Amino acid sequence: MTVIPLSALDLALAAALVLALAGLAWIGRLGVAGTLLVAAARTTVQLLLVGLVLKAVFARADLLWVGGLALVMLLLAGREVMARQGRRFRGPWGYALGTLSMFLSSFAVTVFALTAVIGNSPWYEPRYAIPLLGMLLGNTMNGVAIGLDRLTAGAAEARAAIEARLALGARAAEAVAPLAREAVRAGLIPIVNAMSAAGIVSLPGMMTGQILAGTPPMEAVRYQVLIMFLIAAGTGFGTLAAVRLAARRLFDARERLRLDRLR
Amino acid sequence: MTTPKLEALALAVRHVGPLSLALADGACAGLTGPSGAGKTLLLRALADLEPHTGEVRLDGRPASAFRPHEWRRRVMWVPAEPGWWAETVGEHLDGADDTLLARLGFGPEVRGWSVRRLSSGERQRLGLARALARGPEVLLLDEPTASLDARARDAVEALLAEWLVPGRAILWVSHDLGQLARVATALWRLEGGRLREAAP
Repeated sequence: MTVIPLSALDLALAAALVLALAGLAWIGRLGVAGTLLVAAARTTVQLLLVGLVLKAVFARADLLWVGGLALVMLLLAGREVMARQGRRFRGPWGYALGTLSMFLSSFAVTVFALTAVIGNSPWYEPRYAIPLLGMLLGNTMNGVAIGLDRLTAGAAEARAAIEARLALGARAAEAVAPLAREAVRAGLIPIVNAMSAAGIVSLPGMMTGQILAGTPPMEAVRYQVLIMFLIAAGTGFGTLAAVRLAARRLFDARERLRLDRLR
Repeated sequence: MTTPKLEALALAVRHVGPLSLALADGACAGLTGPSGAGKTLLLRALADLEPHTGEVRLDGRPASAFRPHEWRRRVMWVPAEPGWWAETVGEHLDGADDTLLARLGFGPEVRGWSVRRLSSGERQRLGLARALARGPEVLLLDEPTASLDARARDAVEALLAEWLVPGRAILWVSHDLGQLARVATALWRLEGGRLREAAP
């Protein structure tokens, strides 16, 4: 089985649907026609560019190139995490907390999967390494962003409760523990839901893609299960690390709650 | 000269200070001043909950010689509006015995109450109870009877007068000069970031 190639005309047909939707939105004065078209244009340009980059990296299969692309992906994901924080940390911490956590978890889990599970040679073969890392980063990014946002917003809300415990002689770690638990839990909800609903409510995107590309369904399922586990681990470790680091950063050396470190 | 129980030297926190104060062992000092003068800020700095410069000492030992939570367990800030971190009152009352609760007008069943249904007066008395139960040496009281009726106020004043034995001290913030005249042996006024002795 091979993939049926899509021509420019095929894509134009699909684009016509989006244009029709934009037309309807314009007629109905819904105010989303412009943003819809811009988003559609962005997706086309961005994916075409990524395709070119992947083509170049795949052609080389060089650790330096793969590593370089992975680094760019990580830095962009870090920016996205920072942008999604309602109240992020001031200064370099605002960027470093999320980025460092994603680096620790996504990279570790990806390398583990490539070497111990998939066992490809060389282990960094871009055809496996890049999509795996992309899926892991994308999901870990969500968990880390939600966890951090819940923690920092919650700290401002729960200030009186946290300081009441400090004033009564509790350690900072003890005072922030309920909030940190809640933040980790919130960060893990999306992946837990995705695992629970997989196959019933939704067919995961990667599996669908593999099946479209001609992979036998059971083979695609095995890969999807692998990915789900990797994503759960990556998201979990990343969220734990981010929330733990951030919870520390909320207090100074004298264990005072320092909301002035947040924007 | 005896060592004060609690002493601040060139203490400065935001718009307050630098100021120095000495709270004698076994004494209660009143602290008054206009709203926004920084009375709460000063109490929070003494409890090391607020970044500050200068030094605070307990029995002559600087705060830096204590681990932060051990300092706060000894030099305890009781906020005007105490915060709550759990569902029921009992979860906040580690170490509070029924006698203490009774002195503040509560039966033992208060432990099962939800903190959501507490009135502001109940919150304030329970905030004091949970602080006393943890065995502090210095109490930094932030308007401890502001939400109380006359009877509850008298009960709090009587309880604290008994609590104040050698080895302990109180810094009592209030706008009620009549109250401070009853409970305190020294009176300070905080205004424009400076601390002045006022007539008791």
